[in-house]
This record gives sequence, structure tokens and C-alpha cells, in this order.
Amino acid sequence: MSNDVTIAEICVAACSDIYRESGELLAHAVGIVPSIGARLAKLTHSPDIILSDGEAFMMSEASPLGKPASAGGVIEGWAPFRRIFDIVATGRRQSIMGASQIDQYGNQNISLIGDWDKPKRQLIGVRGAPGNTANHRVDYWIARHSARLFVPSVDMVSGVGNDRAKAAGLKHHHLGVIITNLAVLDYDEDGRVKVLSVHPGVDPQEVTDNTGFPLDASNAPETRLPTDEELRLIREVIDPRAVRNREVPAPQPVG
Amino acid sequence: MPDKRLELSDAVASIKSGMTIGIGGWGSRRKPMAFVRELLRTDVKDLTVVSLGGPDVGLLVAAGKVKKLIYGFVTLDSIPLDPLFTAARERGELELQEYDEGMFVTGLRAGAARLSFLPTLAGIGSDVLPANKHLKTVKSPYSDDEYVAVPAIRMDVALIHVNRADAAGNVQFLGPDPYFDDLYAMAADRTFVSTEKIVPTENLLDEGSYHTLMLSRMYVTGVIETPRGAHFTTCEPDYGRDEVFQKHYAASAKDPAAWDAFTAEFLAGDEAAFHAAVERFHAEKEKANV
Repeated sequence: MSNDVTIAEICVAACSDIYRESGELLAHAVGIVPSIGARLAKLTHSPDIILSDGEAFMMSEASPLGKPASAGGVIEGWAPFRRIFDIVATGRRQSIMGASQIDQYGNQNISLIGDWDKPKRQLIGVRGAPGNTANHRVDYWIARHSARLFVPSVDMVSGVGNDRAKAAGLKHHHLGVIITNLAVLDYDEDGRVKVLSVHPGVDPQEVTDNTGFPLDASNAPETRLPTDEELRLIREVIDPRAVRNREVPAPQPVG
Repeated sequence: MPDKRLELSDAVASIKSGMTIGIGGWGSRRKPMAFVRELLRTDVKDLTVVSLGGPDVGLLVAAGKVKKLIYGFVTLDSIPLDPLFTAARERGELELQEYDEGMFVTGLRAGAARLSFLPTLAGIGSDVLPANKHLKTVKSPYSDDEYVAVPAIRMDVALIHVNRADAAGNVQFLGPDPYFDDLYAMAADRTFVSTEKIVPTENLLDEGSYHTLMLSRMYVTGVIETPRGAHFTTCEPDYGRDEVFQKHYAASAKDPAAWDAFTAEFLAGDEAAFHAAVERFHAEKEKANV
């Protein structure tokens, strides 16, 4: 069964692993692969996490992928946006967010490219990234690992990185991992991005070549494969239409 | 009880150039679009707009009505960016206060409570502080902590769109999320409410429990019945987002000639003309699909 595992499925399992020690908290996940990962965690090792329908409801059984509670699932609580901010402030939440840029300390940008006064490209704005990173664990999901995304310095710090958090004295700041289509990254004791594992079939050099700051991947172990049971849940229960494989580009052929 | 019913044009006529106006809803959800469209028909300009933005911001910015924007984001939800807003932003022509979403709400809460600021952790360590030069931090008098002192957001006028209201301005939401419409109203000197339907006060609980009574009339200046007044944004459960039309809006907004055509077709007339044009648009789409 393992031979035909896709990169997306490896990434889903890595996202799922984020929740292993979460306990009872709201699992906020942006993107298809993270959403599947949170659902997988709930169906396997972390049944206590609370899923969101992406709208205003907490779900004890997930709604259909990409759809709100009105399409199905079991509502266990109400969390309109005002309560979300209250929950963020209590710390009872984790986020897997996306990023347009990330630097070597995990500073994240989703606001704009270029200068603040006259940006080359206006993106969505800082959204909740400053508050999320100041209050609870944040992980990042990057569907296309590239040197344009992993940059020496980001144009507008939206999600706060480890260097800034330390300097500012943020007590609840916690960056977890960065999951990309090539590798799983985390942070060393100085808060710098390092490689935790490289996905099976990916040349470690490709990780280094596609990162805009120094990142040694040569000694990294392989990212774990999903178990047979995880694959069954991903393919038959959570995402039977295989939307996951559309979010993740296939890596360049190795060698 | 007072009868606060009035015409869309009367409410909007009280909005003057240079005022600060708040626009309720969130992204492309339950936006007071009838008010926005009516504003487009006036010669008001130099507005400061306070919004968790969607097409309301795009339309007002493109019409040259906005001098300054206080916002957490501008998005169409199912389409990540509003092309009219991004284009204006990239031309560098707007004065901006871009806040984290939670900071924005903190500012509304301060405004509603008549405080000059409220503290929050959100923003500390991020570039929201250097980008917003007016922002200051405050040291806790009780610990070593430092917080962002989010200045109160106060508005001359708040505009919100809701599912039901009575003639006195008691406001009901029937969808999944009240967003922050009550805070806008409480932080504004005057609030105008547009509603899908004005119902007798004794019928307010016919369609929802008392938990859905979001806002008391004491915060409301005027009430206008505007069926489909949030179109093309969501107004659950009365209607969902008109995704086909929103796509047409976003595609037109990317090209000046297409935008001129969109404006001529949909925004040149009054509110009834707008809805008639939208109906024609869908009828033609359907014909093309047969």
C-alpha cells in the first residue's frame, strides 16, 4: 500500500502529528491538507481536539471537507468570530496557517509584497496572524516550498517569529513546525529554522536549493509515511474525492 | 415606541464628506450593500471607512470616496482578494490603518465603552506597530508585560444590514454569526440599519429565539427595509452569497473597460434597477447554459 502514497498524504500525516499533545482545544487549520490533518488527528490519536467548520461552529464530528456545518457533521459548540478572539486570548487554540513569506526565524508575512507605503502586491492583510502568534501555538503549511517564499527577511511581519517574540517578551509565543511539500521544518534552540525531516523521494539538496536562507538538509531523516489505517481514513472517510492531491504539486523528479 | 422607518436616500443624505463611517459584516458576509450602493450615488468623498472589509471597501475605494481606511483585511472570502481595493492600495493612494483582526475588535470595544484605548497582546512583535505610526504600547501597572494600546475606534455613522428589525430599531440576526455589528453601533454616534424585513415587535421571536436579538433600538437612528440589501454578499439564512455574480464583479474589477461596463450595467440606477439588472444577468447566464 505504501508505494503509492502521495506527497499530500505524507503532509496530511505530518499535520495530524501537530495535535498529538494538544488535548482539548480548538484546532484551526487553513488549507486543504491541514484541514484533513486535523480531522485525521481527531479520528486517530487526538479524539479530544475540537474541530471548526470554518464558519461559526465547533464540531464533534467534522462537516464534509470544505463545507460548513449546514452541510453535515455534529455541532458541539458555537464560536462566532467574537468568541474566536476570546478563545485566542485564553490560549485554547492552535492554528495551522499559510504564508506568503517566511524568514529564518519563522517571521511570517501574509500582508503585502514590497513597501508598506506603496506595495508591489497587496495581499490579504495581516488578518489574525499577530494575535495568533502572540497567544498560542502556530504552525505553517506551505504547499510550494520555494526560495521566493523562504526569504532572508519578510516584507511585513504578520506572524511573529522567534527572534521578535523573544525581544518583545511574548510569553505565550510558540511556533511549532513548518510543513512543506518537500520537508518538515522546526526551529533550533536559537529559534532558527532547521530541517526536522525530508519527505521520502525528495532529494535533500532540493530543500536547500529552494530555501532563500541557509538550510542544511543533508543529515535529516525521512518524514514518516502514513500508516495503512491513516491512509484508509484519508482516502475513504475524510477526502474520498482526493482534493488533497490538487493542493500539492508533485516534487521535481529526484536525481 | 418610536417609528424610525425612513428611506435609504434619507439615511445616506445625512452622511457628509469627511465623516468616519463604519460598515458592519465581515469580508463578503452580510454587508450593508444597499447602503454602499446608495453612497455610490452621492457626491460624498474623503470618508474614513472602518471595516472588516469585503466588496464594500472595493466599491467605495474605486469610486474615489475613501480617504482613509481602518481595516483588518479586505477579502471576498471565496475569492481571496478584492481587485478594486488591491489596485488602489498598490497605487499608494490610501491612508491606512491596517490592524490585526483582534486588534480591530479591541478598538471597537474601546470605542463602544468610551475609553481612549484598550490593551491587547495582538500586534506585539509584529510590523503592525511600525506600519501604524500612531500606535503606542502601554506597560502593565501590575507586571512587566507590555501591551498594544489600541486607540478607540469611534464613528460618526455605522451602517449594518440584518435579517429582521422592528420599526423602532430592535435588531435580529438569524444567521450563524452576528459578526461585530452591535459593536459598530455602540461605537458610533448614529447607526442606520437596513433589514431584509421590518416586522411588528411582537413577531420578532417568530423566526428565532431571544438569543438572536442582537441590538437594542437605543443604539439605532433609522431603519430601512431593503430586501436583498446584502446582495451579493451572504445574508444567511435568507440567502447565501451570489457566487456567480461575485465572480463577475471580481473579473470585471480587474480590467478598466470591463469595470466601466459593469458600472454602467449595475450601478448607474437606483436600488430597484440594480436588482433588476442582477436578475437580467442571471437570466442571460441561464440562457447561455441551456
